[in-house]
Amino acid sequence: MPATSSLTFDGPWVLLSRPSSWRLDSDKAVPTEIPSASEQADRQRAAWMAAAQAGDQRAYTRVLNDSVALIRAVARRQGVAVDALDDVVQETLFTVHRVRHTYDPLRSYDAWLSAIAARRAIDLLRSHGRREQREVHDEFALDTHADREDASAGTERAQDALLLRKAIETLPPGQREAVEQLGLKERSLAEAAQSTGRNTGALKVNLHRALKTLRDRLHGES
Amino acid sequence: MSDSARHEALIDALGAELTPVRRLPPPWRRALGWLLVVAAAAVVMFMRYGASTMLHRWGAAPDLGVAAGGAVVTAITAALASFMLAVPGRSAAWAWLPLPSALLWIGSSGLGCLRAHIPGMPLMGWHGANDCLVFILSFSIPLSGLMIWLLRRACPLRPVLTAVLVGMASAAASACLLEICHNFDATASDLLMHALAVAIVIGANALMGGRLLLKS
Repeated sequence: MPATSSLTFDGPWVLLSRPSSWRLDSDKAVPTEIPSASEQADRQRAAWMAAAQAGDQRAYTRVLNDSVALIRAVARRQGVAVDALDDVVQETLFTVHRVRHTYDPLRSYDAWLSAIAARRAIDLLRSHGRREQREVHDEFALDTHADREDASAGTERAQDALLLRKAIETLPPGQREAVEQLGLKERSLAEAAQSTGRNTGALKVNLHRALKTLRDRLHGES
Repeated sequence: MSDSARHEALIDALGAELTPVRRLPPPWRRALGWLLVVAAAAVVMFMRYGASTMLHRWGAAPDLGVAAGGAVVTAITAALASFMLAVPGRSAAWAWLPLPSALLWIGSSGLGCLRAHIPGMPLMGWHGANDCLVFILSFSIPLSGLMIWLLRRACPLRPVLTAVLVGMASAAASACLLEICHNFDATASDLLMHALAVAIVIGANALMGGRLLLKS
């Protein structure tokens, strides 16, 4: 397996985080004892990711499925609330897909994934923090002044709809098409695939990307 | 749709559009590529100006040679550190790597103003010092641009820190190139302009480079 064959220099204060069962022998790492279960799992994921970089879809699906639990654990450690963990998982999976070429199979897959997951978790926490700063919570006001008594509510809704329409118009063609077909026209994936000539996988990915872009734009975070 | 079903759907979709990728070369090799561009610029300048003036300055005032050596090492280590930081999972401690050489560079440059002047070597006025500022900025802009372009192919998870290192590498490399044609003894005004140029390059990178890397 490539992950066990050699290691590369890891930082100015090298190897402090190196798995205990590996030691450096000149520029090669040699297993000196039986690796733990977690190290074996890490090496397995490293091998799957290496295969995925070469285009192996089965290995890719396996490594991504195997990554979900680790991403959730990292996000939890960063202080992400339980109900937001899955948003971090989705964003991390997308980032992994986009930057999979940066993974070096000679190094730990878990360390690589954890760094990405931690960053996505911090992004989510910051984005929630900014949103909370902008929003004002007044439960008494909400209870005593229902929306129907608010004369400006209709105008605001119309403005929001206009903003959304404009934001959709600025999306790249593939993403716009996915939103129109699956979101606005409420077609099924199969119907949308037939109508656009794209496969369902591409439609799902485009929809997810479009929703992320729209969320960022409408919350002023782009 | 439940969360696990959402993940499965996304994983299936990502799997469906999987294509083989060309793996990113190791950071040291990418840093070497950038340093080769700097080296090519140095060769052109040596062909134009020669090395005699530079060697004469260093012989008469070794502190200038030490400062130049510090700048060379800073350019190399800062470039290596920024390419390292652009790969997920690499230690953030890499950011400290250029610090010792940067201190040597700055410290030796400062000491140059305290010793006796080199006999026969002209002193630099404010006008000449302005030329140094323009020189460092002019070389730093394309060198920073090139490095940011290279780094965008990776995944810098700490964009501002990485951009600061880009600025440090570019400014140090530009100061090294300036050394080849810098026919003046060290003065306070010259040192001030060099420091100002380096601060502008690092600040601009942190501000703009950080944003460019954030979008990568």
